[in-house]
Amino acid sequence: MNRKLIFEISGEGKKGYSLPPLDIEEKGIEDLIPTNMLRDIKPNLPEVSEAEVVRHYTVMSRLNHAVDVGFYPLGSCTMKYNPKINEDIARLEGFTSVHPYQPEETIQGSLAVLYELNQMLCEITGMDQITFQPAAGAHGELTGMLIIKAYHDNNGGEDRNKIFIPDSAHGTNPSSANMAGFDVVEVPSNSRGGVDIQALREMAGSDTAGLMLTNPNTLGLFEEDIIEIAEIIHDAGGLLYFDGANSNAILGITRPGDMGFDVVHLNLHKTFGTPHGGGGPGAGPVGVKKELVSYLPCPLVGFDGEKYYLDYDCPHSIGRIRSFYGNFGAVLRAYAYILTMGAEGLLNVSETAVLNANYMMEKLKPWYDISYDRICMHEFVLSAQRQKKQGVSAMDISKRLIDFGFHPPTTYFPLIVKEALMIEPTETESRETLDAFIDAMIQIAKEAKEDPEKAHTAPHIAPIGRLDETKAARNPRLRWSPN
Amino acid sequence: MKVIEDLKYAKGHEWVKVEGNRAYIGITDFAQDELGDIVFVELPDVGTNLDADDILGTIESVKAASDIYAPVSGTIVEVNSELEESPELINEDPYEAWVAVIEMADGSEVANLMDGAEYEKFCKEEA
Repeated sequence: MNRKLIFEISGEGKKGYSLPPLDIEEKGIEDLIPTNMLRDIKPNLPEVSEAEVVRHYTVMSRLNHAVDVGFYPLGSCTMKYNPKINEDIARLEGFTSVHPYQPEETIQGSLAVLYELNQMLCEITGMDQITFQPAAGAHGELTGMLIIKAYHDNNGGEDRNKIFIPDSAHGTNPSSANMAGFDVVEVPSNSRGGVDIQALREMAGSDTAGLMLTNPNTLGLFEEDIIEIAEIIHDAGGLLYFDGANSNAILGITRPGDMGFDVVHLNLHKTFGTPHGGGGPGAGPVGVKKELVSYLPCPLVGFDGEKYYLDYDCPHSIGRIRSFYGNFGAVLRAYAYILTMGAEGLLNVSETAVLNANYMMEKLKPWYDISYDRICMHEFVLSAQRQKKQGVSAMDISKRLIDFGFHPPTTYFPLIVKEALMIEPTETESRETLDAFIDAMIQIAKEAKEDPEKAHTAPHIAPIGRLDETKAARNPRLRWSPN
Repeated sequence: MKVIEDLKYAKGHEWVKVEGNRAYIGITDFAQDELGDIVFVELPDVGTNLDADDILGTIESVKAASDIYAPVSGTIVEVNSELEESPELINEDPYEAWVAVIEMADGSEVANLMDGAEYEKFCKEEA
């Protein structure tokens, strides 16, 4: 396979087009553009033929792993299959040819999608209103934190500056709270992998702004004490933020609104089957309870009984957090996904996702350590401490899995589990795929004992072998240069 | 795992070397080994006032980003800016590669820290 960079394929005078002679007088570029606007030095663009361009990019695309290529059990990322019918819907001309500046009466269909998906997601989460502006999960977190801040500032709680975040949380949580101007206070986990409510009770007080929680949490475990946690925070005058990254475990089973959460984000690119890899784009809609609706980014979509309209009546709005109405293409795919699945289908999604994860966890338990021995939700966390003692680290195991054609699981996260491997199969994988992955994990565990070198030098069959990750982080070379 | 008997230790795996009113802060051999290859150190600004357990800086390795906590209260009077260019110094010799110096507000806080033997025991319980 030719893996040269396109600049290295370049040859002077090669080109991918051939134009007929002009039937009018040809003019030099200096006659068309003022000379002070022209470059002194020609841009260094590759000169290649059409076939070379096509082969170059096709070869590159084949070097990628993707959900459409193979199993992708990346924990907390919900790399489920993205149904292709959603792509058909998103490509309907009525959607692709609209412009956000068109008059409302000419984009009634698009507004109806936003309005109806708002209703569907409110029903799924137990919230009262959704904004579609946030472009992804962490963006949703920031939006939620700004809403909580605006709410406190507007209700005499200017001094409420503390946000509680469990030590198992996604790294984006503390970042988002910090960016919104809060101080982050880490809450320890208890021996069952949940929030230590005794510690939380002692920390909560008049300076409490709120709590950010993922449920099920990043250990793949359901927070059993969530009702009590919500009471502690609400009694202290704080609000609860639900990180919806793990929503694939609870669709149709329970709702953050019923657990006591006030603000929720969902990742449409995780839970609702819209594309995730390759930059998405994602979508991280944020839902709130009715006391917080007036703080949402503007505008929202309303319906007066006859027509849909953009509603700019948002007196306490935190302002826009993205241009126009969010990543509408992703919103549209999620809308198609929910309509395709239906209520029963969504329930089935979560039940199957949870079943798949428990099946794999049980099969792998004899071979790997588990920090919290409980029934898991849609994902589970193994610890490779046993293998580490044999000289094979979690990273080695991840790299070796590539040889079997699998994407590695999330590695070294959550931070509270040593040598963590976080595995999320999703509902869209067959029993045969799950078994093949289990077999690979068992083989790697055996190799750790008998032939650890095999894992140290993996991956062996990937297009590129083991990278020097330290060097890549310390001295990254990110751009090709001609010299 | 190397522990130096004469130093003081905090639960966040920071070491403290006291010289008069000044406390040199670094991370322990146990901490650097757990983190793996360190690729970035975020240092505090000189002049920053910190309470004990406030975040003093951040260490990023190929595995994870971890906060360094101030073992004692005081003011940052010096930082080891060599770490900005060469974060690997912490991996090579964690007890030589100090991160910052705190001018202590209350020298008696040192008594709350562990000594070498206590820290060694603490690490065994953690592992």
